[in-house]
Amino acid sequence: MNYRISIGLEVHVQLQTRSKMFCGCAVAFGAAPNTHVCPVCLGYPGAMPAMNREAVVLTVRTGLMIGSTISTYSKFDRKSYFYPDMPKNYQITQYDRPLCENGTVVADGGDGAKTVRIRRIHLEEDVAKNTHFAQASGVDFNRAGVPLMEIVTQPDMTSPEDAFHFLLALKQILQYADVSGCNLEEGNIRCDVNCSVRPEGQEELGTKTELKNLNTFKGVLHALKYESERQMEVLRTGGRVAQETRRWDADAGETYSMRSKEDAHDYRYFPEPDLMPVVLTEGEVDAWRAALPEMPGDRRTRLVRDHGIPEYDAGVLVADKALADYFEAAAKLAQNAKAVSNWMMTEMLRLLGETERDIRTVPITPAALASLVKLVDARTLNSNTAKEIFAELFATGGDPDAMVKQRGLAQVSDRGAIGALVDAAMAENPGPVADFRGGKVAAAKFLVGQVMKKSKGKADPQLVAKLLEEKLAGGGM
Amino acid sequence: MTAAELNALTVHDALARLDNGDCTSVDLVDALAAEIQTRDGDLGAFVSVDVDTARAEAEAADRARAAGKGGRLCGIPIAVKDVLNVRGQPCTCASRILDGYVAPYDATAIARLRAEGAVFLGRTNMDEFAMGGSTENSALHVTRNPRNRAYVPGGSSGGSAAAVAGGLALCALGTDTGGSIRQPAAFCGCVGLKPSYGRVSRYGLTAFASSLDQIGPMTRTVRDAALLQEILSGVDPLDATSVAAPVPPYAAQLTTDLRGVTLGVPAEYGVEGLDAGVDKAVREAIARCRALGARVVEVSLPHTAYAIATYYIVATAEASANLARFDGVRYGKRCADAQDPLDLYKRTRAAGFGPEVKRRIILGTYVLSSGYHHAYYLKAQKVRTLIRRDFEQAFAVCDALLTPCTPTPAFRIGEKTQDPLQMYLGDIFTVTANLAGIAGLSVPCGATPEGLPIGLQILGPAMKEENVLRVGHANETARGEGWIG
Ligand SMILES: [Zn+2]
Repeated sequence: MNYRISIGLEVHVQLQTRSKMFCGCAVAFGAAPNTHVCPVCLGYPGAMPAMNREAVVLTVRTGLMIGSTISTYSKFDRKSYFYPDMPKNYQITQYDRPLCENGTVVADGGDGAKTVRIRRIHLEEDVAKNTHFAQASGVDFNRAGVPLMEIVTQPDMTSPEDAFHFLLALKQILQYADVSGCNLEEGNIRCDVNCSVRPEGQEELGTKTELKNLNTFKGVLHALKYESERQMEVLRTGGRVAQETRRWDADAGETYSMRSKEDAHDYRYFPEPDLMPVVLTEGEVDAWRAALPEMPGDRRTRLVRDHGIPEYDAGVLVADKALADYFEAAAKLAQNAKAVSNWMMTEMLRLLGETERDIRTVPITPAALASLVKLVDARTLNSNTAKEIFAELFATGGDPDAMVKQRGLAQVSDRGAIGALVDAAMAENPGPVADFRGGKVAAAKFLVGQVMKKSKGKADPQLVAKLLEEKLAGGGM
Repeated sequence: MTAAELNALTVHDALARLDNGDCTSVDLVDALAAEIQTRDGDLGAFVSVDVDTARAEAEAADRARAAGKGGRLCGIPIAVKDVLNVRGQPCTCASRILDGYVAPYDATAIARLRAEGAVFLGRTNMDEFAMGGSTENSALHVTRNPRNRAYVPGGSSGGSAAAVAGGLALCALGTDTGGSIRQPAAFCGCVGLKPSYGRVSRYGLTAFASSLDQIGPMTRTVRDAALLQEILSGVDPLDATSVAAPVPPYAAQLTTDLRGVTLGVPAEYGVEGLDAGVDKAVREAIARCRALGARVVEVSLPHTAYAIATYYIVATAEASANLARFDGVRYGKRCADAQDPLDLYKRTRAAGFGPEVKRRIILGTYVLSSGYHHAYYLKAQKVRTLIRRDFEQAFAVCDALLTPCTPTPAFRIGEKTQDPLQMYLGDIFTVTANLAGIAGLSVPCGATPEGLPIGLQILGPAMKEENVLRVGHANETARGEGWIG
């Protein structure tokens, strides 16, 4: 029997605000434990939350990017549970009146675009980070109270790959909306995943399990592959899938049961009495909508139209906002977008992939790449030398113009000088010259190589080929 | 001036004396500290007194005054209920679970008083986490009624009331969630003002029930309460529920007559079990108001009967979440030998909370539980809206309401400890003001034949503290007894 998979996601996104959700502490990753804390985010007696308006703006902006309905009235609630990562033993979140409802994200996984419906986006506070030592556990409250946006989808994804591509598309939107660092290593994006399977032909969804706290997209993919297979195997052997929360063990490559439905928490939600409802005017929302950044799809169209680069290249560049930003900056300076695009699509992506570096932190600046393109366009550099310089710029940075001058790399385009080298090469290699004249065209290539060698790579290869052709045809010597 | 004279001063008198050079702030602190040393072992109003710090603050205030500077309370010692955070002082909420906790910051109310030169003398006893009406729920010790040592001072701000009425403090801060300022003021014979919800920032007040709690002054005269309230009032960015309404000069607006004032008397407040002495004293107060020029009308507050049930659902629900933070992880008491986090919570909370606090946490957890949430919590919220509407309708035809503050005067220590429900029913006249978020003042209006004080409650519309202060002051002045130290 064949089975159908249904997957829904709850994606937690840390917002890149300057301060925490309800206090003035800085949002900072990697600081010494418990150095960005105060009575509010430590849950001290008498401390009260004060809402960070910036977090509301970022959440609404995300909603607007994906076509959500923005609630002009929303509110915060308390979600109660005891755990050492919760300073107050309740989390301030939004229960029944989220900031954003509905919306869609289109994910393109290569086998056609898929639309995933978004159920809601709400705002809440992040929890602390627990660390377990041999004899004790430690809690770092630096993360406690960081604004966290939760994006909840409908169970519209029908394969683990769907979920993976959805996450890539969502990340792209979040980057374009400029609402989150989107740094997975720093835990900026964490997912809870719901998964169920059902026999083909059955309308009603099967019993779902939930996988908590997956912090890489590959982890989501692998966990879902394992979990959907596991559920299908349970059904195939006549069993029933238990409704439960399971944990993904990435090392073992399997999921295991954490708690069953019976052990589910009763969170005892009720409206947060320390905060006023969030009331937004239509005017505010309209103003934010008008100021929305360009969506990735629109940008792709624009790059093709304005810069004349191939559709495929535009797609690759736009997929990573930083890559596209880099491209546009370099293209503007170089006045040759196609050449910049070629460098990006070949050398840049290759080296980024090999070195696992981030385009935002590579030493080669858009200005340096633009200079390099100009040097090639002016035929000051030949392409081989340019590639070598690119590699060097990528690794350590620098100014191509200065490098060319300092090292005397400028291409030799002097007919007289190159002619002399051609003559010398022909004189030293009578065999290949005779071969060419005898009809072996390939021999010319060898001779070009000899001339380039004599020029230490600085000769204009096209000019070398042209002069060589002339002299060979001329029958001199 | 003698120590006895100093300890009997009102805030306004003390400020005048300080201005005249009749005494210094250090004199006031020394006199009160000596009195506390002598008499508080028996009275039990304070849970901690920091004479050294208070003396240093008093010296600073005296220097400021000598230099022609200093705020509106420059050099006035004030007692603070043990539920408010004062930087560097313990804040136990009269609970074992906050053993060892030292506040790292000032509550906004404290900061405002500090900015006006107030001197923080000590911390007063209370029912644990403000849960109770007799201060018998303190985990620390019993507080006695200064008018009669066999009786309770009321609660939960019983320590503040006993200190002010008993000559151990010129003024104090209390907090009121269901009557916890007004009822002890009535029982001990002092003035207690519960401001409108949002009038005073709650930042730094250890929360019992966030949508009901308010900080307010407890004083010897209405004029003193008006002065303190002027300083306490105002919006605070640290408390989202504080209200940005203008703060009138309450003290300057007080009058001795009530011409042009309409007062309402609720028909529903003639409850069963109303003490005859209380009834008589309140009727006399109503007659006095008439004589002072007020027009008195009868009004109806039809949902009063549901107030106590509603109050104990809303308050306990919020408390169950507010008190969840006391878990032994970050501050306060921590039980040793816990096997895991859950075990740590269980042991710490079992040992740290007293029986009344546990009762209310359990009740609050229950009313919020899935399956009961609608029947209790949501229904209570609806009734709360109806109660608020009752008051809106009443205040459409009058400027303030007159009621007894409590159905009976103070009861004997131990008399009601075995019957929490009986204790809860004593809140009938006070809880509605918290549910509706309106202003409420308790002023002395007589005494029983046994000499136990009786309090008149004056309720006013939200953000109209000036209404209740004016009626209270006119009554106090007309009674002519003034403050009896
Ligand atoms: Zn903080």
